[in-house]
Amino acid sequence: MIKAILIFNNHGKPRLVRFYQRFSEDTQQQIIRETFHLVSKRDENVCNFLEGGLLIGGSDNKLIYRHYATLYFVFCVDSSESELGILDLIQVFVETLDKCFENVCELDLIFHVDKVHNILAEMVMGGMVLETNMNEIVTQIDAQNKLEKSETFIFQSPRQDR
Amino acid sequence: MALKMVKGSIDRMFDKNLQDLVRGIRNHKEDEAKYISQCIDEIKQELKQDNIAVKANAVCKLTYLQMLGYDISWAAFNIIEVMSASKFTFKRIGYLAASQCFHEGTDVIMLTTNQIRKDLSSPSQYDTGVALTGLSCFVTPDLARDLANDIMTLMSHTKPYIRKKAVLIMYKVFLKYPESLRPAFPRLKEKLEDPDPGVQSAAVNVICELARRNPKNYLSLAPLFFKLMTSSTNNWVLIKIIKLFGALTPLEPRLGKKLIEPLTNLIHSTSAMSLLYECVNTVIAVLISLSSGMPNHSASIQLCVQKLRILIEDSDQNLKYLGLLAMSKILRTHPKSVQAHKDLVLQCLDDKDESIRLRALDLLYGMVSKKNLVEIVKKLMSHVDKAEGTTYRDELLTKIIDICSQCNYQHITNFQWYISVLVELTRLEGTRHGHLIAAQMLDVAIRVKAIRKFAVSQMSALLDSAHLVASSTQRNGICEVLYAAAWICGEFSEHLQEPHQTLEAMLRPKVTTLPGHIQAVYVQNVVKLYASILQQKEQAAEPEAAQDVTQLMVDRLPQFVQSADLEVQERASCILQLVKHIQKLQAKDVPVAEEVSALFAGELNPVAPKAQKKVPVPEGLDLDAWINEPPSDSESEDEKPKAIFHEEEPRPAKPRQLEADEEELARRREARKQEQANNPFYIKSSPSPQKRYQDMPGVEHIPVVQIDLSVPLKVPGMPVSDQYVKLEEERRHRQRLEKDRKKKKKKDKEKKGKPRRHSSLHTESDEDIAPAQQVDIVTEEMPENALPSDEDDKDPNDPYRALDIDLDKPLADSEKLPVQKHRNTDTSKSPEKEDVPVVEKKVRKPKKKEKKHREKGREKREKGKEQKEGEDLDFWLSATPLPAAAPAPEEPGVNAVIAASKEEGEEPGREERGAEEDEEDERDPEKKSSKRKKKQHKKEKEERSKDKKKSKKKKPPSDEAAEPVENGALDEDPLPPMSSYCLLAENSYIKMTYDIQGSLQKDSQVTVSVVLENQSSSFLKSMELNVLDSLNTKLARPEGSSVHDGVPVPFQLPPGISNEAQFVFTIQSIVMAQKLKGTLSFIAKNDEGSTHEKLDFKLHFSCTSYLVTTPCYSDAFAKLLESGDLSMSSIKVDGISMSFQNLLAKICFHHHFSVVERVDSCASMYSRSIQGHHVCLLVKKVSGKAWGPAKLPSPPRLPDTNVLPEPPAEASPGGTQTGWGGRDVQPLPEASVQQGQDLPPQAQVRAGHPAVRAAQEGTGIAECGAGPEAGRAAAPWRGAR
Repeated sequence: MIKAILIFNNHGKPRLVRFYQRFSEDTQQQIIRETFHLVSKRDENVCNFLEGGLLIGGSDNKLIYRHYATLYFVFCVDSSESELGILDLIQVFVETLDKCFENVCELDLIFHVDKVHNILAEMVMGGMVLETNMNEIVTQIDAQNKLEKSETFIFQSPRQDR
Repeated sequence: MALKMVKGSIDRMFDKNLQDLVRGIRNHKEDEAKYISQCIDEIKQELKQDNIAVKANAVCKLTYLQMLGYDISWAAFNIIEVMSASKFTFKRIGYLAASQCFHEGTDVIMLTTNQIRKDLSSPSQYDTGVALTGLSCFVTPDLARDLANDIMTLMSHTKPYIRKKAVLIMYKVFLKYPESLRPAFPRLKEKLEDPDPGVQSAAVNVICELARRNPKNYLSLAPLFFKLMTSSTNNWVLIKIIKLFGALTPLEPRLGKKLIEPLTNLIHSTSAMSLLYECVNTVIAVLISLSSGMPNHSASIQLCVQKLRILIEDSDQNLKYLGLLAMSKILRTHPKSVQAHKDLVLQCLDDKDESIRLRALDLLYGMVSKKNLVEIVKKLMSHVDKAEGTTYRDELLTKIIDICSQCNYQHITNFQWYISVLVELTRLEGTRHGHLIAAQMLDVAIRVKAIRKFAVSQMSALLDSAHLVASSTQRNGICEVLYAAAWICGEFSEHLQEPHQTLEAMLRPKVTTLPGHIQAVYVQNVVKLYASILQQKEQAAEPEAAQDVTQLMVDRLPQFVQSADLEVQERASCILQLVKHIQKLQAKDVPVAEEVSALFAGELNPVAPKAQKKVPVPEGLDLDAWINEPPSDSESEDEKPKAIFHEEEPRPAKPRQLEADEEELARRREARKQEQANNPFYIKSSPSPQKRYQDMPGVEHIPVVQIDLSVPLKVPGMPVSDQYVKLEEERRHRQRLEKDRKKKKKKDKEKKGKPRRHSSLHTESDEDIAPAQQVDIVTEEMPENALPSDEDDKDPNDPYRALDIDLDKPLADSEKLPVQKHRNTDTSKSPEKEDVPVVEKKVRKPKKKEKKHREKGREKREKGKEQKEGEDLDFWLSATPLPAAAPAPEEPGVNAVIAASKEEGEEPGREERGAEEDEEDERDPEKKSSKRKKKQHKKEKEERSKDKKKSKKKKPPSDEAAEPVENGALDEDPLPPMSSYCLLAENSYIKMTYDIQGSLQKDSQVTVSVVLENQSSSFLKSMELNVLDSLNTKLARPEGSSVHDGVPVPFQLPPGISNEAQFVFTIQSIVMAQKLKGTLSFIAKNDEGSTHEKLDFKLHFSCTSYLVTTPCYSDAFAKLLESGDLSMSSIKVDGISMSFQNLLAKICFHHHFSVVERVDSCASMYSRSIQGHHVCLLVKKVSGKAWGPAKLPSPPRLPDTNVLPEPPAEASPGGTQTGWGGRDVQPLPEASVQQGQDLPPQAQVRAGHPAVRAAQEGTGIAECGAGPEAGRAAAPWRGAR
């Protein structure tokens, strides 16, 4: 099970927060801060696993993260997930973002968190990996965007009429 | 209305959207909080508006603010509003917000049930998808119970996109509502072989997650997974399966044997590191499970260790880390193979990466032996000195202690060395593990008698040194060791060289800066010291010296009396008085030493932490029995003012209640064990060693195993641990010379004295070295006949425990998921309470109930099946492992198991399975057959006749409590996937399906929901729907338009998209069935241009379209029938092939009935028309034939009619009409049966109003078809006539 997925930048500003386990908003922020503290002080060439996700449910848990340019992608998982598998998943996630946003950068994540959430929802559901095939994910996202577009058109029509 | 819309749109233009909000926050860096609170105010305004778009925008912004840490739970209701928007865009926003902030404590969450259900059955796959995704984050036990059946239906959805989501979410449902696991499991298992890899992977995912927690229940799936493992190429799936096998092998060593071969092949062949790593991991698990009593798989171990070494030596830190992780698993059973790589591990200790260092530390733990312990600890100590961060240093400290203390100090040969290591560790500043060191000191000093003298000397030195007292600020800091030191010096004061000096050290003023609990120990042990000094002095006949000591006490103790800590203060005051008293006696030259020492006479023995719990309850002692009868509730209420002595009573009563619950748990546990023991296919775990004690009688004596072998110890002053390395070397050299002789002796001693210590496994190297001192480790006290306690470590609150459910047992009839209730919830007057207790009961005692069901449901045939399955698994496992190149011979075994388990799943309802399968391949064959059916209906209509009685009586309210079973009865049926949408018309461009819904609020209106699906590659727009109104039924058109104008469809359809439009029709009379001709016109636009297209359709209003699902309680129902105001008729239908439950479910679903009560194969159902007519239906299956002749409306067993004999079905073809209350039984004329022919299968209908009677005759209920089966069912029956 994946317990939480966090994206924050080099300064610890959250860009996406997705918990699959209930925490109060304050605890969430504390977890983000603590995770940032743990992750940010690590060198670039050390391993991507960290034990001691103390806040999220104990010793069974691990933090698995990747650092891309200005952003940290951190997954907190328990022992049922394969460590290397999750690293691949992060890679798929980032590549999918890159495809959907066309050359994704931090600004895309800042202004379109909702879209990032929607993309993530096609990959991980309720803490379990739903889909790892990037093409499949992109297809579903495109179809949903199309549907949304068709709706927006109707929605805006009264305004255009007047 | 129009004005409002304009206003909304204009408002919206001025609103901030999410991007504006983000930009704004970025522009207000210095006063961010203020800006955000301003934005929240704006959002609150926006939420008050009616325009859903404005609301959605506001919720979207709130979701962003939630990420920044703002609580948005106050907007929960608005979020639900947005969730229920019809547009996908808004719905998605709503569900996203809900998934971020809803949780079990959100009170409005129960309002979402119907909305989610509606979305789940939405024709648009993305509506369903978004609802599933959202639900997965906030599912509660209530939601899980109410929606389990809907989700289970979705597991067989035609779209893999929905299937995989539905499969995945089932895990969450199981967690929240464990009762659903058994009914849903067969279908979940089917999904393992789904054609879509995504669905398959989801199913594997869920089962692995389940099996990880309770592996034994999933052993029977091993053959299936084995097949998947050898056939699948998806690494994700493979990894999951291989991980699962890792969890299963410990339970079934034969499985491991089978796995080794294919896994080894995978290790050799795969290029994916992740897969390779998991394979190695599972091979290790297999080897662990095989390690006892199997021929050596040294080749496999070698292979694993080799591969791991490659990983560890890799430059990729991730692989290095994982390699070490896996290595530590091998270590547990094959320490020798790992010990060969000690160099590598020690090298990793110096790695710059902390994660890696920690893993290497773990490895060290298993690598120590008697030989190298001293050396390794020395290395670690040097790391402690170098370590930069306190976290890592603390980790080192705990590791050192772990390493040394493991297995009852198995590796320690010289405890003097260990004590000096501990003393050295006290020099660590700022550690948080002072208490750990203290605990070790106490443990060793108490349990190793021979070391006490040495320990005392070291401890007194510690007390003397000042640095510890100085660091007293931190809780759990290093000063904790003073707690141990003081206690040891006090308790074993007879070993002290210079007790007076120690006493003074303990009475120093600085001591008062220590934490209270340490001071308290100081005060207490000062007296012990004092007592021993007194005795010493008196024996030496030095009364002056004794008086001096007393004076010292009297002088110094007041500083503790002033302590703020109560404990310290109290102890100090008592002792001060005592000492003053002694002083007086001493002044009179009375010898007091004897009496003072008597205060601390006797020796304290170590007691195991669990000892108390394990003392068995003596015979005749009933812990549940009341000592004093508790006052009854009413009494305590009435007599509260009087009962002075009873007032205390309620408080102790509470914990007792808890105890009783625990007893209950224990009893159930016992019962379960019993059951497991009786079940020949249950794989028993090897009996724990403690079980052997079970037969021993009595608790009278609780002896301590303790053989005193006092060997004199040389105490070399104040040693540092390093010097022991040399000493040790010398000693061992000497030892080797006299090895043979000693070995013999030692073995004898072992047998006598240390049963526990050597229970853990020995490596040969250990045997070579005998301990330096013949210290005996006093075992902890434990009652000899302690009860077995495998469950000790399990947390009773573990949510996964509830999922420990045997899945191989066939499903009992009663184990069903609650069936969905329909659209409108009731306005019933009977109290809701009736339903509630059922649910609660279920939740509270799932195990018990389940057991009952199992027993009931267990028939001989099923037993045979079970046996077959068991044998199959055995057969599969016992088949000799084959090289993966030729797996063919295994196949039959595999298939057999699958077949067997499938059949087993089918057991509860064979027909049901048939029905499901029919539906699964194509959800709506009914659509195809609808044309044919329509023809039938025409004929049927002609044949109908009437039979009326008037009734205007309203349902009488009832106070009588009905049996709680009734309304819940149908709630437990599984339902094949159903859609209430029927095909309206279809051409190459577009497909229309529709559903008609009435509502009780509007008695002359029905809403027709039409789903339009674009089947072409063109873009469809300007859609307009028009119907030719009849006198009775008219389409509600926008104001100002004529009857010939169409109603525009408020959306456009891109290729492949479907959407739902709703049209309102006004009805004059609901008596008649109606067919309205209509046309849908639209413009199809594609690359070649656009064309005007038309599609004609006939909109069909059957009489049941006007019914509204209304729950009815059996008491009200009985009154209704008793009133005699209803007219009735009955009908018999042959050739229905589906199960009774499904039939009921279909009648409920398609014809808007609800089940009032169901007894075996007989059910009373109820519905209500939009104009308030009551419709009662009795459906009965007559035994012997397939769901056939229901000519006999026999009395359903209502609460008070249980005594009525059920008339034999075949006896009187005319049937009997019985007073539903159980009175006036009178035969029904043949004719009336004939008249009811058009009614649904096996139906007796009593209509409350002539209109409804007519309605039934107008088109009939059977006509609209209860799915494909109903159509089929109707045909033979018609033929027969």
